[in-house]
Amino acid sequence: MSMNPMALCFLFSLLVPLAGAGIALINAGLGRSRSAAHAMLASLSVIAVAALAYFVCGFAWQGFAGLPAHTLTVAGKTWNWLAAEPFFLRGLALDGSPASLAVWLGMLSAGLAALIPLGSGADRWRLGASCASAALLAGFVYPLFAHWVWGGGWLGQLGVNNQLGGGFLDAGGSGSIQAVGGLTALCIAWILGPRRGKYGPDGTPAAIPGHNAVLVLFGCLAALVGWLGLNCAGSILYYGVEPGRMVLVAINTTLGAGAAALASAAVTRTRFGKPDASLCANGWVGGLAAGSAGCAFVVPVVAVLTGAAAGILVVFAVEWIELHLSVDDPGGAVAVHAAGGIWGVIAVGLFGGGPGQLVAQLAGLATLLGCILPLTYGVNRVLDRFYRQRVAVEGERRGMDLFELGAGAYPEFMTHTEDFTQR
Amino acid sequence: MELAGFMLLVAGWAIVAAAAALLKTVPLETAFTVAGLATEVVGLVLVIRAHRGTQAARG
Repeated sequence: MSMNPMALCFLFSLLVPLAGAGIALINAGLGRSRSAAHAMLASLSVIAVAALAYFVCGFAWQGFAGLPAHTLTVAGKTWNWLAAEPFFLRGLALDGSPASLAVWLGMLSAGLAALIPLGSGADRWRLGASCASAALLAGFVYPLFAHWVWGGGWLGQLGVNNQLGGGFLDAGGSGSIQAVGGLTALCIAWILGPRRGKYGPDGTPAAIPGHNAVLVLFGCLAALVGWLGLNCAGSILYYGVEPGRMVLVAINTTLGAGAAALASAAVTRTRFGKPDASLCANGWVGGLAAGSAGCAFVVPVVAVLTGAAAGILVVFAVEWIELHLSVDDPGGAVAVHAAGGIWGVIAVGLFGGGPGQLVAQLAGLATLLGCILPLTYGVNRVLDRFYRQRVAVEGERRGMDLFELGAGAYPEFMTHTEDFTQR
Repeated sequence: MELAGFMLLVAGWAIVAAAAALLKTVPLETAFTVAGLATEVVGLVLVIRAHRGTQAARG
C-alpha cells in the first residue's frame, strides 16, 4: 500500500461518524419507546456541542506531539502535562498536516466519548443538561487525558522517560475515548439516580427491556464500520503505523468484535437457555471498545482472546452493575465502554509487550480511575448544583419525547405510560 | 464516605504519578504502581458503597 499516510488517515476519519451513529442507535433502541426521539436528538445535539467545545478550547488543551506545551522538570525528566495551543484553533494551518488531522480526529473522538453517557442517562437526562455535560467533557476532561496519551504528554512518554515499553499505548482509544466516556457514564448514572420503578423498596431491580432490538443490532453493524475508521486513523496519526499494516488493524478490529459477540451469545445461552440479543449487542461493542487499544500492536489470535474476554466480561458486568452497584444503566454504557475499555488497556500490557509495557498500561489505568473519574464526577456534580440534570417526575411519567420535545417518535402507536411503574 | 473514597482515588493516582516521576528502576516503579492501584481500589469500593445506599433509597 503506497498511499500518503495522511491522506489515508483523512479517509479513515471519514468513517468515524458511523461509530457515533451506531452508539446513538444502540442507546435509542435500549431505551423506552417514549424517549426514542429524545435519545436521537440528544445524540445529535451532544455531537454538535462536543465539536464546538473542542473547537473553542478542547484542541488548545489536547494539542499534538511537537506543538507547544506546558512542561515540568522533575528529577531531571521533562513532564509534559498540558498543551499550550491558542483557543479557536488560531494560528494552526488546516492544510492536511498531522496536527490539522489531529484536530479533525479529536473533534470526532470527543463527540464519540460524549455520546457514551447518553446510554446510562437514558429516559431521565434532560437535553440541556446532557449538552452542558458534553461541553465539559469535550472541552476539558477528554482533551486532558488525550493530551497525556496522544499529544506528547507524560503517559505517552513513559517509554522514553522511564523505559516502560513503548509508553502508554492506546491506538484506537480504549482508554482515551471509551473508558473516559464510560467513567463519565458511571458518574452520570450516580448523579441522576435510577429511573422511577427500577428498584423496589427492598432494592430488587425490575427488568425494563429496550424497545427496539433491530435498532440496537443495526447500530452494532454501523459501529463496526466507524470503529474500523477510528482504529486505522488513530494508528496512523498517533503511532505512525505504516499504511500497509492497516490490514492487520482492520482484521483485529473485526475479529475482536466477532469473538466478543460470540462469547456473549455462548454465556447468555448457557445461563438463560437462549442467546440474549441486547447482551450480545453489548458484547459486540465491548469487543470493539476493548480491541481499540492494541489493534495495531497485537497478532490476530490476541485480538480474538481480548475480544472473547471482553464479551464474557460485559455480560457479567452488566448484571453486577445493576444488582450489586444499584446503578441503573439502560444502555449498558458503564459495562461496555468503561469495563471493556479498561480491559483493552490492560490487555495491551499483558499481550503486547514485556513487563515494562504492563506497568505503563497500569499507570494509564491508575490515571483513569484516580484522576479522570474524580474530575468528571466533580464537574458534573457542580453542573448539577447549578442546572439540575434529572428531568422532573412528570417528565419521566409522560416520557422524554412528549415532555421535552412535545411529540413522540412513534405517534401512531398507543403508549402506556404506567407500564413500568411499580404498583 | 464518598469524599473519603474520592480522596483515596486521587491519593492512589498521586502515588503512581510520583513513582513515575521520581523512581528510576522498573521493579520499584512496578511496586509503587501496584500500591497506587490498590489504594484506588479501596477508594472505589468506598465510593460505590456510598452511592449504593443513596441509589437504593432514591429508587
